[in-house]
Amino acid sequence: MYDLIVVGGGPAGLAAALSAYENGCEKILIVERDLELGGILNQCIHNGFGLHYFKEELTGPEYAERFIDQLKNTSIEVMLDTIVLEITEDKQVHTMSKENGYQLLQSKAIVLAMGCRERTRGAIQMPGSRPAGILTAGAAQRYVNIEGYMVGKKVVILGSGDIGLIMARRMVLEGAEVLACIELMPYSGGLTRNIVQCLDDFNIPLYLSHTITDVTGKDRLESITMAKVDDKRKPIPGTEQVIDCDTLLLSVGLIPENELSRNVGIQMDQQTRGAMVYENMETSISGIFACGNVLHVHDLVDYVSAESSLAGKAAAEYVQQQNNIAEKDFLTINNGQGISYILPQKIRKENVDKKVDLYYRVNQVYDTCIVSIQHQGEELAKFKRKNLAPGEMETIPLRKKLLDKVDIKELDIVVREA
Amino acid sequence: MYDIIIIGAGIIGTSVAYELAKYQLNICVLEAENDVSVGTTKANSAILHAGYDPKTGSLNAKLNVEGSILAKELCEKLDVPRKQIGSLVIAFSKEDLSTLEALYERGKQNGVADLQLLTAEETLEMEPHLNSEIFGALYAPTAAVVNPWEFALALGETAKINGVEFKFNQRVLDIQEENDFFSVITEKGSFKTKQVINAAGIHAEEIHRLVAPPTFKTIPCRGEYYLLDLEEGETVNHVIFQCPTKAGKGILISPTTHGNIIVGPNAENIAPELINTGADIANTSMGLEQVAKGARLSVPTINLSNSIRNFSGIRANTDREEFVIEKVIDDFYDIAGINSPGLTAAPAIARYLVDLMAEDGLVLTEKETFIDERTRVHFNDASIEEKQKIIKENPDYGRIICRCENITEGDIRQSLRQTLPASSVDGVKRRTIAGMGRCQGGFCGPRVVEIIADELNIAPTEVDLDKLGSRILTGITKEVN
Amino acid sequence: MAEIICIVCPVGCHLTVDEENDYKVTGNQCNKGAIYGKQELQNPVRTVTSTIKIKAGSHPRLPVKTSDTIPKGKITDIMTLINQTEVTAPVSVGDVIIPNILDTGVDIVATRSMS
Repeated sequence: MYDLIVVGGGPAGLAAALSAYENGCEKILIVERDLELGGILNQCIHNGFGLHYFKEELTGPEYAERFIDQLKNTSIEVMLDTIVLEITEDKQVHTMSKENGYQLLQSKAIVLAMGCRERTRGAIQMPGSRPAGILTAGAAQRYVNIEGYMVGKKVVILGSGDIGLIMARRMVLEGAEVLACIELMPYSGGLTRNIVQCLDDFNIPLYLSHTITDVTGKDRLESITMAKVDDKRKPIPGTEQVIDCDTLLLSVGLIPENELSRNVGIQMDQQTRGAMVYENMETSISGIFACGNVLHVHDLVDYVSAESSLAGKAAAEYVQQQNNIAEKDFLTINNGQGISYILPQKIRKENVDKKVDLYYRVNQVYDTCIVSIQHQGEELAKFKRKNLAPGEMETIPLRKKLLDKVDIKELDIVVREA
Repeated sequence: MYDIIIIGAGIIGTSVAYELAKYQLNICVLEAENDVSVGTTKANSAILHAGYDPKTGSLNAKLNVEGSILAKELCEKLDVPRKQIGSLVIAFSKEDLSTLEALYERGKQNGVADLQLLTAEETLEMEPHLNSEIFGALYAPTAAVVNPWEFALALGETAKINGVEFKFNQRVLDIQEENDFFSVITEKGSFKTKQVINAAGIHAEEIHRLVAPPTFKTIPCRGEYYLLDLEEGETVNHVIFQCPTKAGKGILISPTTHGNIIVGPNAENIAPELINTGADIANTSMGLEQVAKGARLSVPTINLSNSIRNFSGIRANTDREEFVIEKVIDDFYDIAGINSPGLTAAPAIARYLVDLMAEDGLVLTEKETFIDERTRVHFNDASIEEKQKIIKENPDYGRIICRCENITEGDIRQSLRQTLPASSVDGVKRRTIAGMGRCQGGFCGPRVVEIIADELNIAPTEVDLDKLGSRILTGITKEVN
Repeated sequence: MAEIICIVCPVGCHLTVDEENDYKVTGNQCNKGAIYGKQELQNPVRTVTSTIKIKAGSHPRLPVKTSDTIPKGKITDIMTLINQTEVTAPVSVGDVIIPNILDTGVDIVATRSMS
């Protein structure tokens, strides 16, 4: 019998397990499907990690190793090369591995930290033929950075998400030619710093408001056709331009990987595509928590670690029966104007110490704006923000004082131009 | 010297190989590509039609209804996924209702069992997501869905176990008539045979022309599809057809044997020059829009944004109304123009052809033993105890490689060792469904490449995505200088 | 006046740098931005991250980085050297793989441990 089983040994799972341990949880197990801990960080060999959490700039593997090192001084158990096939409402975890076969493990609490997967060609209905040479940027990243294989010589990137931008630079540094980065939206989906240091530094053109209208090639990709799109994102006839290339990397979004959550009946959020969670990252099934990219897709691992520490701490408290708060009243946080999602979605006031950090994304680009917390149209708090973009997750604090002030069941978060 | 060479290893070639494998004949199947079922068999609606569609008295009607019954037996015997979920043809108007009545009568005359005309209420009770403004439906409980490439693979493997040879990457370039045999010349060699069966699918006319002037004209017709995530599996429970009108046969929505939802196809005749260029099986925005629009007519709420793959297939239409199953010259037979319901009819087509050849004098002496069964390891369907046992015997089954579909290393290695083994990533995918799920091989692709390289004893850079030469990796890093 | 985006951290401040006025930076949210703005116009520098070949390791490639920033113009030459280097496992995170690369005073260091 475990106190806590953490599903996934990437940044979220590691932080959650360590935090649970620090908060008094004793028998903890991390189940990781890969042969090593660290998750996607192992292939993210670029820098930019840790500025918030460690106050210094690290690469992905360094960031992971800091957490993995901390495990050594704990009693936390790790099962590698092991898949979790199913979890149940009463916290039974079905695992399978070469070494141990099929096992049923019982736990008191579970943290879900399975991460996310990439959207693929099938999700974006890209026309054209289906030759080799079209792959997701993350798959390419694994091939190039970990396994040491080149995936192409003349490369086009579709989508300007961070992985795509990072891979543009990686491919150039490894001797490939990157001909274009094509983005459907009028703004980039990635961090601005990555546009500068991954595209601009290497003179890779970024085509905003463009899409791919055709792909040719029988066995291997031969060319793509790019066209400008109108404000309804439809290709504008006459703007087509053919680019000869042998490789197309797709960086068209990430989706939380929630099969386990869905199968056990956890309530999901249509916007985040992750679980609906309370202020302490607890899902609709008490004792099951979620954090990291399985909950919502983050752009910064630092926020993943912070969020996961919260989940780990809450799991420890749950195990110690310090917070059996399932029956208490909650208030709902709604996405208002300009907000594409907000998290946590539900807050149990009694469980809030001083404040809750609300994470959100806007659904369009804002220069200078006001993010406001409202109740039935009445503004309870407001925050001035600059340069908000859908590609960047933002946060505002929701203070306990505000929660205590009024007896409310719902709050709306709204953004407006200042 | 072979007794018979079969050109093409699609559902027709493999059905014929299976049927002829019962007799004391020396048979070889020559396939242009690197696997069975990589042409039309790979990309179609995967439906075993009940048989109310073809005109009463036609060859197609006879072969459809017979084939539907044979396919059921074969799938059970040879361990092929088949689900008899029944089909509904939906009426959207009063005129459609009279078409349905005609189909009902035709079906009865064709010998289709258990057909039923349903009211709108009855239909909506069976399929709550259908357009609420429908007028009724024709219900055919004998219609089924099948895994088409597994069907061809099962037939091919059973043929092989019973002595039929398979040679892949052997595109036929020429056929020379000698005194009393043919020399079939491929890219790799020359093979002597007494008889030839042309089952080359979309290339059947080309093969035919090697020995005789054409008797039919191929009109390749593309159909585009969406394949939806398992999450959308509840969209419909039956094969949903639209009532055929002058405008066409409409767009179908159907569960697959695996629980995904398939949506399509439109019908677009394409230039024969496009065949084998990659552009022939390309998707187009117009085609996909047509499919989407048609699908929304049947199920207005269908969630096409949860698509995991688009693909398109080529129907081998000809200028004939019916299947072409006939002798071209002595000892040379065509099976051409096998469009819908060809997948269903395939086993019956094979029997029909064998009868035809026997009438022409082919001596059919049954083999003393004919192994007429086939089983696969169904790890995912096994109980926990069974799984534990399988992993104990072979730990490779304990490691999941494809996490979307829970396909293990054991399954993948098996697909590279089976009777007709995979030789590419897509070959593994067709045999195991690894990479067919929602991540479309994003995670498992690199792992599958590694296992293929290991099993075939080649470098990962030599592993193909699909057809021969469709390399995934272009080299190794750090070799640029 | 030059407008650039700070790349020091993911916040990505929009900086304005006044070349006429000793490269005075505005728009920055921290002091690092002020330094970056000035440097980017005078002598732009970058951190390079890549991989090198490793023998007997759990993977065939070891991730590495420059221990500090290097002049942007030297990226290509540094990559050439990185591509020619091979190490043998075990390696610990922080191990110097190539000391003082191209006389920049900066080392190429391992960014993970590998055995």
